[in-house]
Parts: sequence; C-alpha cells; structure tokens
Amino acid sequence: MSTVTLEPSKNASEREVVAKPSSPILTTLKYFWQSPSGVMGAAILLLILGAALLGPFFYHIDPMDIAGAPFQEPSSDAWFGTDYLGRDVLAGLLYGGRATLLVGSVAASITIIIGVTIGALSGFYGGLIDKALVKVTEFFQVLPPLLFAMVLVTLFGQKLSIITLAIGAVSWTSAARLTRAEFMRLRSREFVKASRACGASDLYLILRVVLPNALPPIIVSTALAVGTAVLFEGGLSFLGLGDPNTMSWGLMLGQNRNYVLDAWWAVTFPGAAIFLVVLAMSLLGDGVNDAVNPRLRRRV
Amino acid sequence: MIKQLASRIVNSLGLLLAVLVLNFTLIHLAPGDPVQVIAGEMGGASPEVLAALRAKYGLDQSLLEQLTAYLSSVMRGDLGYSYYFNEPVSNLILQRLPATVYLVVSALALAVIVGTILGVISARKPNGLLSHFVTFISLVGHAAPVFWSGLLLLLLFASVWPLFPSGGMVDVSQAKTGLDYAVDVGIHLVLPCLTLALVFLAQYSRLARVNMIDVLSADYIRTARAKGLSEWVVITKHALRNTLIPIVTVVGLQFGNLLAGAVLVETVFSWPGLGRLVFDSILRRDYPTLMGVLLFSALMVMVANILTDILYRLIDPRVQEVSR
Repeated sequence: MSTVTLEPSKNASEREVVAKPSSPILTTLKYFWQSPSGVMGAAILLLILGAALLGPFFYHIDPMDIAGAPFQEPSSDAWFGTDYLGRDVLAGLLYGGRATLLVGSVAASITIIIGVTIGALSGFYGGLIDKALVKVTEFFQVLPPLLFAMVLVTLFGQKLSIITLAIGAVSWTSAARLTRAEFMRLRSREFVKASRACGASDLYLILRVVLPNALPPIIVSTALAVGTAVLFEGGLSFLGLGDPNTMSWGLMLGQNRNYVLDAWWAVTFPGAAIFLVVLAMSLLGDGVNDAVNPRLRRRV
Repeated sequence: MIKQLASRIVNSLGLLLAVLVLNFTLIHLAPGDPVQVIAGEMGGASPEVLAALRAKYGLDQSLLEQLTAYLSSVMRGDLGYSYYFNEPVSNLILQRLPATVYLVVSALALAVIVGTILGVISARKPNGLLSHFVTFISLVGHAAPVFWSGLLLLLLFASVWPLFPSGGMVDVSQAKTGLDYAVDVGIHLVLPCLTLALVFLAQYSRLARVNMIDVLSADYIRTARAKGLSEWVVITKHALRNTLIPIVTVVGLQFGNLLAGAVLVETVFSWPGLGRLVFDSILRRDYPTLMGVLLFSALMVMVANILTDILYRLIDPRVQEVSR
C-alpha cells in the first residue's frame, strides 16, 4: 500500500483513498450492501424481527385468549381472522414469532457451538482425536434428524427448552464437517506455523489464529442453521410436539391443520411467516457469502 | 473394491451397535416408569402386580442384563411389541413400508428428472430468464416448510379446484382391484408426491445447474464441440453423465433419511406410511414403536449409504482408479 502512495502520478485525493486503512467490518458491510439478495434478506428479517419484538407492545390481544367467534374471516375486526377456537391469528403471529425466532436462534447457536467445537478439534489435531470425532459425527448422521428430534422431545417433554436442545443436538453434523475441512486446510499454513514457532498454545492457535480464518463459511452456515431450526420448530409443533403453553407459528399450524378447509387463513399466515424467515436467512446467507468470500468479491 | 466395501460394512455394524445402545439408553433415561404407565392404563395395580409386570418385562434385572437381552432380541429381528397397536413393531414397519417407498421413490424420481432438465437448460444460459427461475424455485423450495406447501396444495387442488382427493392412499368407499386400484393409488399419490418433490427439486436443479456450468467449461466438452458434434449430443452423451454423478450421491444419501423423514408430508395427506406410523405412535406415547422405527431408519440410512458408494464407483471409474 505504501508503494501506491509514493507514486507521483496519482493526485492527492486518490492517494488518500487508497492509503486509508479501512476496518474489515466496514469493508464487509460495504460488500454486503452491494449484494441484492443480502439486502433483501436483511430487510425481510428486520421487518419480521421488528413485528415480533415490538408488535406485542402495540397489539394487546392475548394470543391464547378467545377473542371472538371461531373461523372469522380476515376483516376489519380481526385483520388476519380467528382460528377454530376464536383466537386472534394476528396476535398469534406477533407473539408466536417471539417463541419461534427464539427457538430458531438459540438452537442455531447450539448447532454451531457443538459443530464448530467438534470440527475444530477434529481438524486441528487430526490423528486419533480426528478418527474418534469423525465416528461420533458419522453416528449422528445415521439418525434421521427430524425423527431423532421427535424421539427426544417425546421422551423428555414438550418444553421450549427441550425442543431447542433437541434441534441443536440433531443438526450440528454439517457444521462440524465444514469446520473440520476448514481447519484441516488451514492448520499447516505458514501463518499457523509461524504462530506456533512463536510459542502460541494450542488453544490460542485454535481460537485466535485458525478460527478467524475459517469464519466466513461458518458465518454463512450459521445463517442457514437459523432457517433450518425454524423449520424444525415448525415441523415438531405441526406434529403436536410443540410446547402447548407457548404460542408459536408451528403450534398455530399444527392446531389448525385439521380445519384448513374451513379457515385457510389460520394456517396460511403462520406458514407464510415461517417461509419468510427461512427465505430471509438463506438470502442473508448468500449476501454474507458474497461479502466475506474474497474470491467472490472480485467478481462484484 | 471388495476390501473397501467390507470395511464399510464393518464400520456400519459398529455404528448400528452404537445406535442400539443409544436406543436402549434413551428408553431408560426417559422420565416415567413404563410399568407405572401400563399399570395406569389398567386402572391401578397392587404392588404384587407391579412386581410381576417388572419381572415379565425383565425390568427387575440389572441394566447390563437388560441391555444384553435387548441386543439379542434385536438380533433375532424382534424390535419390540407395540402396546397400542397390539402387534410386533417389525410387523407394523413392514406393513407401512410399501406406502412410504411409493411416495419417496416417485417424489425423488420426479425431482431428479425435472430438476436435472431445469438445471441443464438454465446452465446453458447462466443469466437467462430460466436461470433466474431456477434460482427462484430453489429458494422457494428450500424455504417453504413442507407441511405448509402441502396444506396449500391441498387447499388449492382438493378444495378450491377439487381435482385430487384430500388424503389417504385409496378410495375407501369402493374396493378396487388390478388396474383400477393402481390408478386410484396414483391419483391419491399426486399431491403428496408433488409436495415432497418440490423440496428436492429445489436442491437438484441448483446442483445440476452448478455442475453443468462446471462440466461445460471442461476441455473434453470443447473437444466434443470441435469434432462437430451437435449440441444435443454434447449435452446428453458427454456432459450429462458427469453432471449426474453428484446428484446420484445426494439422492442416495437422502433416500435413507426420507423413509421416516416423509412424516410431515404423510401427516398432511394422511398417507398410511412409516411417517404416519411415527406420528400415531407419538400421539399414543407408544415408545416401542417409536424406537423401533428410529432403529429401522438408521439401518436404512446405512444400507442406502453403502449402496450409494457402490453405485458411485460403478458410474465413475475414476473413483476406482484412486482407490486402487
């Protein structure tokens, strides 16, 4: 960079722009802003997050209360209609969004924490540790995730905490494989060897040297994991394995599915909400991928 | 190849044993005493009856003895007994398996065929209209929850335009045989099959598109074109084969998972398959059936993985070269 500033042909302003050190976060944000899908995903997500977080402060109908006659079509009384018990669908969407998004984000965090820990240890150390951890990963891959989550929730109880843990416990394998591959790729690079030669501990090498360089794909898979977790929550609740005491989008779908022919609105709206969140997360994932992947940047 | 296959099978047997131990542990970790549950269904029982029940199910023995007994019974093909259906779990699974296989195979076939065609056509013009359509479909197919898209299809094509039946596998009002029966099943299959196919169509079209773009830039394709072959021959004879390899792998890996993974679609359309069995057994807290299906599907995933491995080696001779 210093060679550029020394070049005499450049005028002053240009020199300044080139020489200015920009923070990596700002650069990433700049590239993210240039990705249409990323911006669209962020917009949808902000809209839904805002509705779920702020909506209940302005909309005072309890989602579990019977607010009117059952099977009311969407009208000025109830904008999104009422369900088979006469509960307000809009209230369910706003309050239920909180539970669904909470389960989604916490479960995705669990997924990523387990996956990255196992993948990092496996890829960094190799050898016997790797063999053992790969076996563990293989074991979890053999169990169909939705079915396994269903079994866990059936056995241990239909509580929001158990549902979240179960989703995290069944879906970490792809994050582990991804992290392992990244760590294996990076562990023998010069900068890691240099740090090691400087006397860095294994923990320091894993967390401060290799992990930051492995982050781009992990961030993308975190975005996707949130979407998957929301789908899982919806699926489990749809099958009657949701927390019956907490309104969520999946619970609305599951409880109203038998009345789909009488009240299309009671299943269409919560399903659309899940759809939008998952859509937003994968668009966001695409955008982040464009922004954090230096190889893709040049194409922009 | 034989040697590798053998090691795969040994590896899978190890995994199977681990799944068995997990199954056993889960049942024992679960809160609630099974004997109390049975006694509760009987309307209460005296301590003597409880003890007799414990002895009958071997629950008075040590955990290790129980585990050995469990393992040996599974090895004999005994997956347990369903208190709710009053039938051995293995019978239940075998009864429900064909319906699920129809559904899964037809949905995967539809998704592979349509997905490949869409992917290949859109790869020819990566920035064309169809290419954007494929991107759109793959986004929607990935994001739409199957239970929601299923309900919407049900609403549209069974209620608004009643073209197809809303659920079940056969018309129960009249018994049909032979060709009529097959047609009847086919009509009932349309909506669940479409719902399930949409998810995979999304993946396969994207996969086919990416692979095709990759393959089309390969040297051997340029050679084929330089020989003066028509574009049709270049695509179908030369490029398609290499495009299909990753798809075959993915299909194989998903097939095993799908046997029980179709539970959501089967529930929406009351399709009498394995998934529906899972749903019913959850509703009745019928643990033996639930754990039996989990074990069975883990086994199916392993078998599907091994078969995919073999198929993969057969299609792609390069894999064999490397392994030697």
